[in-house]
Amino acid sequence: MPDSAFLEAFGLIATANADLYEILWLSVQVSITALLISVFLGFPIGTTLAILDFRGKNLCTTLLNALMGLPPVVVGLLVYLALSRSGPFGVLGLLYTPTAMVIAQVVLITPIIAALTYQVMDDLHREYRELFLSLNIQLPKAISTYLWDARYSLITTVLAGFGRAISEVGAVMIVGGNIDHLTRVMTTAIALETSKGELAIALALGVVLLTLALIVNGLVTAVRTRARKYGYT
Amino acid sequence: MVTPKAPTSNQSEIPCIGTMNLGLTIRGSTLLNDISIQVTTPGVTMILGPNGAGKSLLIKCLHGLIAPTRGRFEIGLHQRGKTIPQAMVFQKPVLLRRSVIDNLQFADRHSHQREALERALEAVSLLEKKDQPATQLSGGEQQRLSLARALITKPKLLFLDEPTASLDPASVLIIEQLIKQASQQGVKSVFISHDIGQAKRLGSDVIFLNRGQVIEHTDAATFFTNPHSREAKAYLDGEIVL
Ligand SMILES: Nc1ncnc2c1ncn2[C@@H]1O[C@H](COP(=O)(O)OP(=O)(O)OP(=O)(O)O)[C@@H](O)[C@H]1O
Ligand SMILES: [Mg+2]
Repeated sequence: MPDSAFLEAFGLIATANADLYEILWLSVQVSITALLISVFLGFPIGTTLAILDFRGKNLCTTLLNALMGLPPVVVGLLVYLALSRSGPFGVLGLLYTPTAMVIAQVVLITPIIAALTYQVMDDLHREYRELFLSLNIQLPKAISTYLWDARYSLITTVLAGFGRAISEVGAVMIVGGNIDHLTRVMTTAIALETSKGELAIALALGVVLLTLALIVNGLVTAVRTRARKYGYT
Repeated sequence: MVTPKAPTSNQSEIPCIGTMNLGLTIRGSTLLNDISIQVTTPGVTMILGPNGAGKSLLIKCLHGLIAPTRGRFEIGLHQRGKTIPQAMVFQKPVLLRRSVIDNLQFADRHSHQREALERALEAVSLLEKKDQPATQLSGGEQQRLSLARALITKPKLLFLDEPTASLDPASVLIIEQLIKQASQQGVKSVFISHDIGQAKRLGSDVIFLNRGQVIEHTDAATFFTNPHSREAKAYLDGEIVL
């Protein structure tokens, strides 16, 4: 029985099963959108925290690190409460839409991107601060230099965020509802199909997800190797 | 019609440094204490003193990287009212994560042509390495690049924190030559070194620092032949100053 499930799974992948690719495509769309927004938020937050000195900075970084470990299910619940009909954003009618899933993923991965960005930028700032003072480098140029010189670490950070977003199941299940042709993504589909005993389609999705994860990991390794080659770690 | 004279680097163009009871205390420990010096001579002022004396901290204060907690200091031309372009070569080279020549270009405020940047690298024998990642240079090469980077900003006042500490003898001479050359062009240098021979070769005057205090400040000839203080004598004799 499992053997035939495997064969069937590869059949689904090989024949470019329409349902399967619809799910894959939605997953990628949702996660990439969430990732872009999170980078847009997380880079400035992390960089500002690293460069500015203000009271309560330690509190902020501690908070950020704590947010990094938020359980996805809890994030899902909170976003659900915010978006549900009686919640503060209920009128927008976003619950059980891809937008809701994007929001949940943004809440999940922005702290990760911001915290990792902070670590990278903080190290660089400690290293470059006096030099930039000495050379009279103005803040905009300093920031663009930090971003450029941290490029390899930042790419790794972004990839880590994507990996987390695409493989996450708890939050998107709660706020997306796993509705066929609307909010069904790879992880929620795998959970559903497995529980229904539809092992072939679950396996096919699993293989695709695994491949995606391997590609991301491969990219991370490639970036690291390149950075090390130039001594830019 | 009168044609304006080209500016010459005469005495009035030489930056001078004056401090009044300058002090620095960090978290309860006094690292610089009551420093009052007047540096008005052109050429190279050497700062000597044992490890931990406060030499690096002193020039970081003067360069504006650390705010002193007591006293004040002034850096100016004899002719007042001008800010002076300064540069510093750090004890530990700080290089950006990019190529050797891009490190130079980063600091270049004067938008030099690429050939000028290459000449600056040539001067510190780094031309063949211009496209290498700067962070992969050897320690001595990094120091030479740091000096080239400081010079490309065309400073009038140059702070040098042991710029030849890990250089081979030939490179030391190259660097000393560059600094002498800069001196002749009117650049005032403040140079920290542990190399007595080097201090003799370059110094016009010597500031001897110990435990955060200026023990003496005299012209180089006097310092090396007839130091006033017991501490300086001991230091020159290679005895540990306590
Ligand atoms: N940021 C700091 N906070 C506290 N103490 C410091 C700090 N920076 C330096 N010190 C201390 O101040 C003293 C003087 O340091 P400094 O770097 O000026 O020494 P130095 O004379 O340059 O010595 P060396 O010849 O080893 O370079 C040292 O004992 C050092 O531990
Ligand atoms: Mg020092």
